[in-house]
Amino acid sequence: MNIVVCISSVPDTTSKINFTENGDKFDTSGVQFVINPYDEFGLTKAMMLKEASGGKVTVITVGDATVEPVMRKALAIGADEAIRINMHATDSYSTAIEISHYLKNNPNDLIITGKESIDYNGGAVGGMIAEIMSLPFINACIGCEVNESKVKLIREIEGGKETILANLPLVIGGQKGLVQESELRIPNMRGIMQARSKPLSIIEPTANASMTESLTFKKPAEKGSCQLVDSNDVAKLVSLLQNEAKVI
Amino acid sequence: MSVLVYAESWNGLFRKSTFEAVSYANETAKLLGTELTAISLGKVDDSELSKLGNYGASKILSIEAIEKGDSQSCTNAIANLANDASAIIFSNTYAAKMIAPRLSVKLRAGAINNVVEIASNTSPFTVKRKAFSTKAIETTKVNSEKVILSISPNSFKLIETGGNCIIESIESPDKGDVTIEGQETQSGKISISEAEIVVSAGRGLKGPENWGMIEELAEILGGATACSKPVSDIGWRPHSEHVGQTGKAVTANLYIAIGISGAIQHLAGVNSSKIMVAINIDPEAPFFKAADYGIIGDAFEVIPKMIEEIKKIN
Repeated sequence: MNIVVCISSVPDTTSKINFTENGDKFDTSGVQFVINPYDEFGLTKAMMLKEASGGKVTVITVGDATVEPVMRKALAIGADEAIRINMHATDSYSTAIEISHYLKNNPNDLIITGKESIDYNGGAVGGMIAEIMSLPFINACIGCEVNESKVKLIREIEGGKETILANLPLVIGGQKGLVQESELRIPNMRGIMQARSKPLSIIEPTANASMTESLTFKKPAEKGSCQLVDSNDVAKLVSLLQNEAKVI
Repeated sequence: MSVLVYAESWNGLFRKSTFEAVSYANETAKLLGTELTAISLGKVDDSELSKLGNYGASKILSIEAIEKGDSQSCTNAIANLANDASAIIFSNTYAAKMIAPRLSVKLRAGAINNVVEIASNTSPFTVKRKAFSTKAIETTKVNSEKVILSISPNSFKLIETGGNCIIESIESPDKGDVTIEGQETQSGKISISEAEIVVSAGRGLKGPENWGMIEELAEILGGATACSKPVSDIGWRPHSEHVGQTGKAVTANLYIAIGISGAIQHLAGVNSSKIMVAINIDPEAPFFKAADYGIIGDAFEVIPKMIEEIKKIN
């Protein structure tokens, strides 16, 4: 089974988020970039499926050269090949168009994205690829069992879960549960050495098909100071919540 | 020209998030000087459907035989009714996250999710949305003719209009390429993303056996229970309760963090809540910097007292 995992290079979850002076761009100075955590669950699942039934795992991203360290990390974790579409990703649609263009020329059985990226939180690329490719799409997957061409998926829904049966090829959006946190893989020295010689191909974009445009970013207003209540006076806290904050 | 809203139901009933989306869509229709039509997918009784009129929908199009987990079929159903629509509104639910991106491609309509405010301009459509896991508010412009907006739950208030609506039954589109085998839901459980009150606990609780008081506090407040990432990673609580940057986002009226230190990743997912309360034995816990109210103390003493005090006022 051949699997493509779509990877987004995102600021590490501990990053302080800042924007350029006029507020129109994310300020990347001093920020460490990592594989989008939701994509990492998908990549780990792809490795497990490959180990069980053979095939190849390709990781793909849309971005400029600055995202390459993150792609090398995906190769060090175990992906066989990496593709970088050489374009600054501006919106979900143009990203999905470029990835779909690659997939049409390089058919794969399973396409895995994260349920969203933790930076722009658009959560749309997977569904868009599915529509462009006329494939089923199941999002927020917390379970995926593949038996030849049949796939049993469990997706999260409000207050529960739903089991869906589908056939390959298809697109899924992953999150924690697809694999457990403890199953995530840390690249070892051998993996890091091997990653240096694995192919990382650069392909040029076909068109800029953006439909949406970021104008400005603002950080939410800072909270005022915390009103501390003595631990022996819990009644006061309840009274404040009822009468001052009016939330209970 | 018209505005469409997807009125999502669960087991035949609408939720508050549905009415928020309908209210938002009606305000958008007013901006555009047009009428609002709602689409309902799945079996919903007329008495329930007619509630949408009270939030501004003048017409309801109801498709009964369709599965929400079948994103192809749902997308086609809505697309068939959207020829004339200039804006299509969703609440940002699990179903919306599958349907809206597909519909965006099918209709060549720019899609924006996590929307928190009514459009500041409709030509071109310009809206504010949450980004960077609520560490930022982004202003985004849509350059296509049609737009799709998914509204973040608890971000837009309900606006009752007292209006009436007509209900029209629509035939189901073809099925997509998936089969829904079944669902497991806990009835009566409030979803974290929609809850007005969320009671959340962390490693300070020392073990899963101590969650009884957390559940009790949530129950008497009519809220949902949640937990920090380490707690779900070590398996004390299910992943579905994990809130924070890599878990669920919370936009509650009241978020109570018990025994949670307040790492930047945790705060990112919860700090769009209106009021936050921190209860922690460690006075240096970063959560106290983000909270509105706090108690420095032992949760095992404070929480039972809190339950007692709230019972007195209920």
